[in-house]
Amino acid sequence: MTTLRLGQMILKDCGEKSWRLADYEARGGYQALRRVLQEQWPPERIVEEVKASALRGRGGAGFPTGLKWSFMPRQFPGEKYVVCNSDEGEPGTFKDRDILRYNPHSVIEGMTLAAYAMGASRGYNYIHGEIYEVYERFEEAIAEARAAGYLGENILGSGFSFELYAHLGYGAYICGEETALLESIEGKKGQPRFKPPFPASYGLYGRPTTINNTETFASIPFLLTMGGEAFHRLGKPNNGGMKIFSVSGHVNRPGNYELPLGTPFAKLLELAGGVRGGRRLKAVIPGGSSTPVLPAAVMMECTLDYDSLAKAGSMLGSGAVIVMDETTCMVRALERLSYFYYEESCGQCTPCREGTGWLYRVVHRIERGEGRSEDLDLLQRVTTQIMGRTICALGEAASLPVQSFINHFRDEFLHHIEKKCCLVPREVQRAGSEIAVEA
Amino acid sequence: MLSQEALARIDREIAKYPPGKKQSAVMAALRIAQEEHGWLSQEIISFVAEYLEMPPVAVYEVATFYNMFDLKPVGRYKITVCTNLPCALSGGEHAADHLKERLGIGFGETTSDGLFTLKEGECMGACGDAPVILVNNRRMFCRMTRERLDSLLESLRAESEEKGRR
Ligand SMILES: Cc1cc2nc3c(=O)[nH]c(=O)nc-3n(C[C@H](O)[C@H](O)[C@H](O)COP(=O)(O)O)c2cc1C
Ligand code: SF4
Ligand code: FES
Repeated sequence: MTTLRLGQMILKDCGEKSWRLADYEARGGYQALRRVLQEQWPPERIVEEVKASALRGRGGAGFPTGLKWSFMPRQFPGEKYVVCNSDEGEPGTFKDRDILRYNPHSVIEGMTLAAYAMGASRGYNYIHGEIYEVYERFEEAIAEARAAGYLGENILGSGFSFELYAHLGYGAYICGEETALLESIEGKKGQPRFKPPFPASYGLYGRPTTINNTETFASIPFLLTMGGEAFHRLGKPNNGGMKIFSVSGHVNRPGNYELPLGTPFAKLLELAGGVRGGRRLKAVIPGGSSTPVLPAAVMMECTLDYDSLAKAGSMLGSGAVIVMDETTCMVRALERLSYFYYEESCGQCTPCREGTGWLYRVVHRIERGEGRSEDLDLLQRVTTQIMGRTICALGEAASLPVQSFINHFRDEFLHHIEKKCCLVPREVQRAGSEIAVEA
Repeated sequence: MLSQEALARIDREIAKYPPGKKQSAVMAALRIAQEEHGWLSQEIISFVAEYLEMPPVAVYEVATFYNMFDLKPVGRYKITVCTNLPCALSGGEHAADHLKERLGIGFGETTSDGLFTLKEGECMGACGDAPVILVNNRRMFCRMTRERLDSLLESLRAESEEKGRR
């Protein structure tokens, strides 16, 4: 039993028994790296291809990858770093785990190509602490690549050298934020840094650094093999390529589905076996828990890409699609998320530290039937006091769910406050969230 | 304080970082120490600090910041259950309730025989496999029905007895 349901590019033809170097090579792996080194590509050419591909960061923010890479001062003397963000902890997201365990070499090749393009000689992959077994496998894959001459000194006789290491996280969501992640690699508490300076000028150990998500790096070999333009055409304009969607919640077949950007949500829902038990769809969080929730009717009209979801008032985020059916109490769902952000705030900015506590406590009391009529306004006010006043985007991540849940499901919140109970009976909620494992 | 094997593992971690950046191995060193001792006492933290040439308070800060470190003793098997929203929609809370009932303890508690500690966890990046649990920070178990939870507890008990006999 696996969460890999449909692979069309990164996850194509790979799995529990085909993650090794020889399998990857049989799928055409390391051809892009061979070609770049043999033909002695000027590094700028890689950056140009990535720009042409319209590849946008797969970690959540969707920043154009080619543009980010062009910020690296490649002529700058001394050590430069590429860092991979595999600290996948955004609730709903479980794609990087499948990439790392089923196709780890795509990440290694992608990082090596990135290092070549940006003149970096060292890299780290920061892996989420809870997936220890995946971390062990990644270390094995690094050893395979090193033994085969794809990593280390003088790669494939080209004169280019790159060393790669894995760093294991240990249970702090905030380390997914790129500067917190760098602090963490440096052996400190994972507290985000003020930006600017950005990592491209002041990154790991104060050196120029580029950080990308696992899926972003894993896309690079495919992108270079097919060419930037062809990669772009896989998706839609400004939304190039394939994307892995992690579908969780109330569906019959939760799992990862790799699809072209621009695929209708309705199609993904169908692939995922539809809503569990034939129940009615109520709401979807389309891009990981930090992105605004959308009601079923709005979501069913969306295509899965950065632009369509932005237009609908949400975000593609990390591509984590959390499906909720009619048995879900939206107040309770929000309460759980608010608790998470409160727990995971690193505490260094007052608006976030205090604000996330307020959000949780107020949603909690509404859920328990102890809410007051002014509480919805209070929640709104707290979010506006957080947003835009914090060092990192966790402040927004905690606020957007609160705003969107109340905005779209106000009647459920009012029912809790006025009637002191839930619109969805407790037994219905319990039955709807039963353990549902396929035979 | 730590075995030769643990120290060798820590040295391998230190070697991943540039010269003079030993501190980068602090998370790994604490993890390895915790794997050997079960939890992180003041003495262990001071030992790691000395080994990495760091001020003890800096190591302590790291140990308290990351949730998977235990600064108090835990049972032989620490079981962490994910109850975050995506898991909760697919049985995460039911699985947690079942474990609480079977073990007779709540979150943050340890069974009187010192065998099991139950912890509530946040998203483990495996939501499509709900319910998800993690044993001793290392072994992940997926799609845990009540039956599978029961047999896991059984096998952990057996494993512990086995170790006890040796
Ligand atoms: C609170 C918070 C958590 C984040 N968690 C992750 C994460 O788990 N994985 C990830 O790739 N990016 C995460 N990000 C985004 C990173 O800061 C960064 O934008 C990303 O790694 C850049 O890579 P990309 O451009 O390839 O997406 C997070 C950001 C914030 C504010
Ligand atoms: S916004 Fe929150 S998580 Fe981010 S730096 Fe400030 S306190 Fe820490
Ligand atoms: S919510 Fe449980 S693993 Fe993600």
